Amino acid sequence: MAQTAAELSYTPYHRETSAFSGIFSWIFSTDHKRIGILYMISVLTMFIGGLCLGLLIRLELIAPGATVIDAPTYNAVFTLHGVIMIFLFIIPGIPAIFGNFIMPLQIGAEDVAFPRLNLLSWWLYISGAALLIIALFTGDKLPDTGWTFYAPYSTATEGNISLAVFAAFVLGFSSILTGLNFITTIHRLRAPGMTWFRMPLFCWGLYATAWIQVLATPVVGITLLLVILERGFGVGVFDPAIGGDPVLYQHLFWIYSHPAVYIMILPGMGVISDLLPAFTKRTIFGYKAIAFSTVSIAVVGYMVWGHHMFTSGMSGTAQIVFSFLTFLVAIPTGIKIFNWIASLYKGSIELRAPMLYTLSFIFLFSIGGLTGLVLGALATDMHVHDTYFVVGHFHYVMFGGLGIALFGAMHYWFPKMFGKMYNEAVAVVAWALIFVGFNVLYFPMFILGWNGMPRRYYDYLPEFQYWHVVSTIGSWILALGIFMMLFNLIRGITSGEKAEDNPWGASTLEWTVPSPPPLLNFLEPPHVTHGAYDFEAMNKGKKDSKKKKKGKK
Amino acid sequence: MSHTANVAAPAHIHKDYNGAKIGMWLFLFTEVLLFGGLFLIYAVYRTAHSHDFAEAAKELNVVLGALNTAVLLTSSLTMALAIACIHRAKKTLALTYLGITILCALVFMVIKYIEWSGKISHGLYPGSEFIMANYSKGQRIYFGLYYSMTGLHALHVIIGATILTVMFYVIYQRPNETHRWDVFGKDALNGCRVAILDKDGNEKWGSEIDESVKQVHLKMRYYSTPKRIKHEDYVSLENSGLYWHIVDVIWIFLFPLMYLIG
Repeated sequence: MAQTAAELSYTPYHRETSAFSGIFSWIFSTDHKRIGILYMISVLTMFIGGLCLGLLIRLELIAPGATVIDAPTYNAVFTLHGVIMIFLFIIPGIPAIFGNFIMPLQIGAEDVAFPRLNLLSWWLYISGAALLIIALFTGDKLPDTGWTFYAPYSTATEGNISLAVFAAFVLGFSSILTGLNFITTIHRLRAPGMTWFRMPLFCWGLYATAWIQVLATPVVGITLLLVILERGFGVGVFDPAIGGDPVLYQHLFWIYSHPAVYIMILPGMGVISDLLPAFTKRTIFGYKAIAFSTVSIAVVGYMVWGHHMFTSGMSGTAQIVFSFLTFLVAIPTGIKIFNWIASLYKGSIELRAPMLYTLSFIFLFSIGGLTGLVLGALATDMHVHDTYFVVGHFHYVMFGGLGIALFGAMHYWFPKMFGKMYNEAVAVVAWALIFVGFNVLYFPMFILGWNGMPRRYYDYLPEFQYWHVVSTIGSWILALGIFMMLFNLIRGITSGEKAEDNPWGASTLEWTVPSPPPLLNFLEPPHVTHGAYDFEAMNKGKKDSKKKKKGKK
Repeated sequence: MSHTANVAAPAHIHKDYNGAKIGMWLFLFTEVLLFGGLFLIYAVYRTAHSHDFAEAAKELNVVLGALNTAVLLTSSLTMALAIACIHRAKKTLALTYLGITILCALVFMVIKYIEWSGKISHGLYPGSEFIMANYSKGQRIYFGLYYSMTGLHALHVIIGATILTVMFYVIYQRPNETHRWDVFGKDALNGCRVAILDKDGNEKWGSEIDESVKQVHLKMRYYSTPKRIKHEDYVSLENSGLYWHIVDVIWIFLFPLMYLIG
């Protein structure tokens, strides 16, 4: 009976006292849950910044010629939109927010393996963001290289590129430390009975992601350092005048940045694999197939970087090999999609807000994935390379994939993180606006690209205007939906109803602890006896404990 | 029957030695890949300009390079010896070896300074007029890579030496041994007192142990206990040692690729 007394008297993590007070008890906290919330605030702030820049790009493109900003500003705006969205939003997105908050709870740990390192990676993230902002306001002109910092333009242009590139380097270091921490945590801190194949698939997604973070990020680190050396000392490895080759920059950049695409998407796939069982009340179809396909995407994803450079001058053999390997990635991805759809079969589907995001993910990501094959095939890529088709594909996989998964995760784990509920009706309306706005915004890009509209252009021929107008209107609907969603969630935190410990009836370990969780997560050390999505065992366990309680009375 | 109670410093309980090692090895992977990018560039340009690379490499001083290799290899040996001494709780000897390791790092940097300043004074540095006028494209790239690779390596030597200096101080500050108390048999507890004190030292709860007490049961929550607690918490020194060895290993590849191809 001491157990029930402890349950009543626990202190939630956000009320726990520490050596610091006020805001310092958050920004110097090593608690993985507080760090997760810190990341949530900072990443979403950056997201809103990037979103506003995106709206500005769309507004500029509503008509040919100059509309609201001049051409150099436009170049800076799309560069910043890319840098912010990639390095400050998508890459840290799910791992840093939900990986930090949820993963230790899901494997039954008190914290991550290196809590202080975890805090350091948040500080590095903030430092990187600050350096980027300083770079904007100190140079002769705004960085306008595009988020890829391609040489030789990045090594020759004015503006504070060196500092912006260094900011990306610092952000990469933050990403490496998070990955290192998660690998060690998953290896060392799983609760008794939490075997590898009892882990929730979200943890598998994070595990594969963490390996890519550790093994790929240093390569872009050295590449960015070389850009700085090139600018500062004229080392010459990317400068043809001295003897170097700018295409080598592209190779090195994509050796990281293509695997980085999987850093962005694998955690999102993990989220979807967790949300589906929770809202169908049945085990996931093909658990091991999904887990292994996660790992194989991470492995094959290393060897496909060349498909970004089919038109940059590459031997025919290399083109065919890279194209073939690119098609190979479609196999594990297809395995996942089919397993998710099979998981719906004979499930009792509840169309709550997180589930709506899950279904939209499968729909949007499938479009994004299949258009990826159009780009991976050599002949069609020659036609659509560097057109709006690429922009459409990229946003369908990144925003339609990871972004939508992140929104789903924000709704799904909201009650666990804050102990409150959001308004379901508003959440569904916001979802509908996002889903419709998304397709109106990005689908016209496929048509524009197919018809020959190049990406990154400030001006265009009048014949493209129709679809540009449609796309811009879509951006307004999407932005309205996102602001409505964020507003609804913030209202949920301030004045939502109190949430139960397990409002969704989900089967994973994080739902067995109180909402919000206490400082060390578990009131008593968990002993795992069944797989993550074993609803039968979960319900049987509940009945048994009820019987025991009755028997005692 | 006798009961055994181990009383050890509580700071040891949560330390996960294997976890710390895994974390360090993962970090070393990132270091290997960081230099891996540079080695990749080296491979590409050496394939394209193998003759130019061989010509340019003749400008380097093989004697100084070999001397630096010997210095770094010696420092790796003394590093390993320092760790072996810590395992055997020989603090003074461990500090001596650690000191020699740091000294080797300094010697390495001095020789590096002599090499670099010699070349720079002859105008042999990236982007100099001398190099642009007198050397071919492949040779210019060779010198660009020479400065980038040995420069990044030298930065790692400086970081490593700093870490080792901090470790020297940490070990210097520690007591020579950690005390452990073993209590055998229930009679040994007879007449003792168990108490819980708050942060001001006031007793929150306490109890005398008399003959009626059969067992003192201390229930604590933790998931793992290290199997063996040795004389020092030496995992941080081992990890610093691992870092130092990777710095050494990178140099072992740099030396032949830069100095011995001429």
